[in-house]
Amino acid sequence: MPDTAIDLQNTVGAQPKMSIRDVHVRYGETHAVKGINLDLYQDNVTALIGPSGCGKSTLLRCLNRMNDTIVDCSVEGSILLDGEDIYAKEIDVVQLRARVGMVFQKPNPFPKSVYDNVAYGPRIHGLATDRDALDEIVEASLEKAGLWHEVKDRLDHLGTTLSGGQQQRLCIARAIAVNPEVILMDEPCSSLDPIATARVEALIDELSGHYAIVIVTHSMQQAARVSQKTVFFHLGEMIEYGDTTQIFTAPRQERTRDYITGRFG
Amino acid sequence: MSDDRANNLDVLSRRVNWKSTQMRARVRRRYWADRLFRLSGFSAVVIAGLFLLFLLGNIIQNGISGFMQTSIEIDIAFDPTLLPDPTLPPDQFSAALARADMQRLLRQALMAEFPNVSGRRDIIQLTRMLSSGARAQLRQVILKDPSVIGTTKRVRILASDEVDQVMKGNIDVGVSEENRKLQDKELAWLGRFQQEDRVSLSFHSRFITGGDSREPELVGVRGAITGSALTLLVTLLTAFPVGLAAAIYLEEFAPRNRFTDIIEVNINNLAAVPSIVFGLLGLAFFLGFMGMARSAPLVGGLTLALLTLPTIIISARAAIAAVPGSIRDAARGLGASPMQVAFHHVVPLAMPGIMTGTIIGMARALGESAPLLMIGMVAFIVDVPGGVNDPATVLPVQIYLWADSPERAFIEKTSAAIMVLLFFLISMNGLAIWLRQRFERKW
Amino acid sequence: MNQHILRTYDDELMEVRSVVVRMGGLAAEQLADSMQALRELDLDLAEKTRQADKKLDALEVQAENTVIGVFARRAPVADDLREVVSALKITTMIERMGDYAKNIARRSIAIAEGKGVVLMPPLLDDMATHAHEMIQDVMDAYVKRGADEAIAVWERDEHLDNMYNAAYRQILARMMEAPEQIGVWSHYLMIAKNLERIGDQATNVAEQVHYAIMGEFLEEARQKRDRTSAEVFEGH
Repeated sequence: MPDTAIDLQNTVGAQPKMSIRDVHVRYGETHAVKGINLDLYQDNVTALIGPSGCGKSTLLRCLNRMNDTIVDCSVEGSILLDGEDIYAKEIDVVQLRARVGMVFQKPNPFPKSVYDNVAYGPRIHGLATDRDALDEIVEASLEKAGLWHEVKDRLDHLGTTLSGGQQQRLCIARAIAVNPEVILMDEPCSSLDPIATARVEALIDELSGHYAIVIVTHSMQQAARVSQKTVFFHLGEMIEYGDTTQIFTAPRQERTRDYITGRFG
Repeated sequence: MSDDRANNLDVLSRRVNWKSTQMRARVRRRYWADRLFRLSGFSAVVIAGLFLLFLLGNIIQNGISGFMQTSIEIDIAFDPTLLPDPTLPPDQFSAALARADMQRLLRQALMAEFPNVSGRRDIIQLTRMLSSGARAQLRQVILKDPSVIGTTKRVRILASDEVDQVMKGNIDVGVSEENRKLQDKELAWLGRFQQEDRVSLSFHSRFITGGDSREPELVGVRGAITGSALTLLVTLLTAFPVGLAAAIYLEEFAPRNRFTDIIEVNINNLAAVPSIVFGLLGLAFFLGFMGMARSAPLVGGLTLALLTLPTIIISARAAIAAVPGSIRDAARGLGASPMQVAFHHVVPLAMPGIMTGTIIGMARALGESAPLLMIGMVAFIVDVPGGVNDPATVLPVQIYLWADSPERAFIEKTSAAIMVLLFFLISMNGLAIWLRQRFERKW
Repeated sequence: MNQHILRTYDDELMEVRSVVVRMGGLAAEQLADSMQALRELDLDLAEKTRQADKKLDALEVQAENTVIGVFARRAPVADDLREVVSALKITTMIERMGDYAKNIARRSIAIAEGKGVVLMPPLLDDMATHAHEMIQDVMDAYVKRGADEAIAVWERDEHLDNMYNAAYRQILARMMEAPEQIGVWSHYLMIAKNLERIGDQATNVAEQVHYAIMGEFLEEARQKRDRTSAEVFEGH
């Protein structure tokens, strides 16, 4: 893609956190992702937009190999995390998913206490040596997710009793508790009201820079609000990649324009 | 927009007259159909309820008296000549007591009550008014208090089942003598006891605590309950872990291919296989091939485990599948291994459903008799089983056996045993409902 | 361009465009009328032209309201965003053109009412014709969404600037020749300036049209004019 090439030149010097090289994804007969080349940078929020079934979520789920469990899903090409192919044999998928965290469309806290929700990741990865260290991780994660002051008095309440927006921020706290390098967000606000959405977006803003964030969203306004780079997908292909401002003021591709302005195309 | 299309859309702008006669008639018809359907649905519920009520009413009406038994108070002279010396050490004393002629003690007591009864046949008839368990009863009295020897004491002795049936009104004393079980003179003897207010109908704890017997007044369900409990224990201990493991594997780990599809279809079919077939399987495999003990709860439990396994697997799989995929995603997204996903999240969340399914499967096993008939748990066993390898019977089989017995008194015993069985079934289902409501998670 | 899935969105954008086009037409007409009033020293026509400016102001308000409505309700992006933003700016520019035409009309009244009528220098007529053409062409480019046409208009501004410089020198020479007519000539000088400014505004409109269509700015539009002014002052 020429657009990618242009951008690679623009960001000379910065080493991409993740590089997607000629990735094809197939579900049985369906060719869901067709030859994507894309770089994701540490200090960027990258938004993936495009109509339903355009392959953006599929690609996102390839980045931490969540597609592994789907039987007839095959991934070709290479996805590099700090230059290492995450689909290589010697990569442990469990550790990969700790390094590349994920936040899902529907807030999905475990039906356990707020504390246990956040502590679960550090526990299974053995990140805390004792109870105090674990407490510290939990507090730091909730603090970072902007949730600490709202839940510090009810850490023993079920995570599912929080409001929708708090649940989603709890899920983000849970993801950052294992100290990831990349955070994938799959339509994180699609079930939230505008205020809760704004809180989550503010949080994404806050977190950007610390983590490479990739967000899939159906709300173009959201992509415009939270991201620095935007990628437009259509029918499994990457149509356009560019600075978010450029994409939303002067997209180079007609299909991008038709999609973001809501035209028949 | 083209004119053609615009014209077509005009169809929609035509106003409908909702008040026209046809419309009114249509509305009336709709209401009528609605009412008719509700009425038929309601009557279906009422009919089903009536059937259930009739069944329960019938069983309770027949069975409630099965928990009662008639006793007659008789003055027993504990003749020291017939009884062992109370000063003997306890074990020798009880051994000697077991050999003592209690029948004679009873006969003497009755003859003392009715001095004008003579003749061997009449005397035998007289003693038959009392239960054959009377001897054991006397033995118990003496064993409890050896000091009665040499004295005369009024003791409540179980009446025979026929006397009992007369007292409960199940034998019509109005019919002519040759058509009824009890002869006139027996009724006269009974009448004398009644006049003296020595005949009483009271709660019969032996029915709960005793084992099986040939005599209806002596039967108890404890043997069957213990047999059922032991059998179910074996069933639970084998079917639950195996079923749970199979369900977890099939739902969470097994690849979806032709092989697992076949297994799935077979499990579903297995649930529909008639239970007697499992009995035949148990007979051939556990008894024939493995050579295990006949009539034992171990074999019965294993056979019932085969029967319950599909139920447990199917319900456990349903419960596991009902755990939202988002929970699995969340755990996987944090880097939980498939095993951790299953055991930290999915199974705990599915547990109420799994337990409910298991309890319902157990309840079905509790009510099952056909496969147990095949493996010999139908034998007449008086003793309460002490372990899984002792010969035993179970409640449904016990009911079947009693229902088969000719004595009039077994009718009420059968119904009473059914009540006991129903009590356990309803308790188990109640437990399942409670578990489901108590532990069901909302998300 | 493809239609919006939401048809009312297209309707609103169409309304904005039609207001812009009507304003462009009005401005061109106002310019022509004011020049005719000046040529023929027609006081009635001059007065009519001054009044016509009010219509332009009203249309500008209408365009502004529609555009704000589109911002509020449609959250326009990409081409739509550029379209409405440039429409907002174009209407302001056209309104300014109207102001300049109004100014010309006012000065023609002053000239007609003044003593010692001096005939209009023909160079002003040429300038007016040129500015008029620029307005028409830029509106054509706007309607047809022709980026090249817009660039062409933009490039023609230089010619108008040259004409203005010529007119400036000419009028300055007349002023020196006949100091008693300096009042009339200063009006003509201001008229020439107005015509030049109308051309500038047409150039600005062309830039906006180009941006709306292409999504990129025409660079260094203003430098050239500064250069000309500097030249003139140095010459003076």
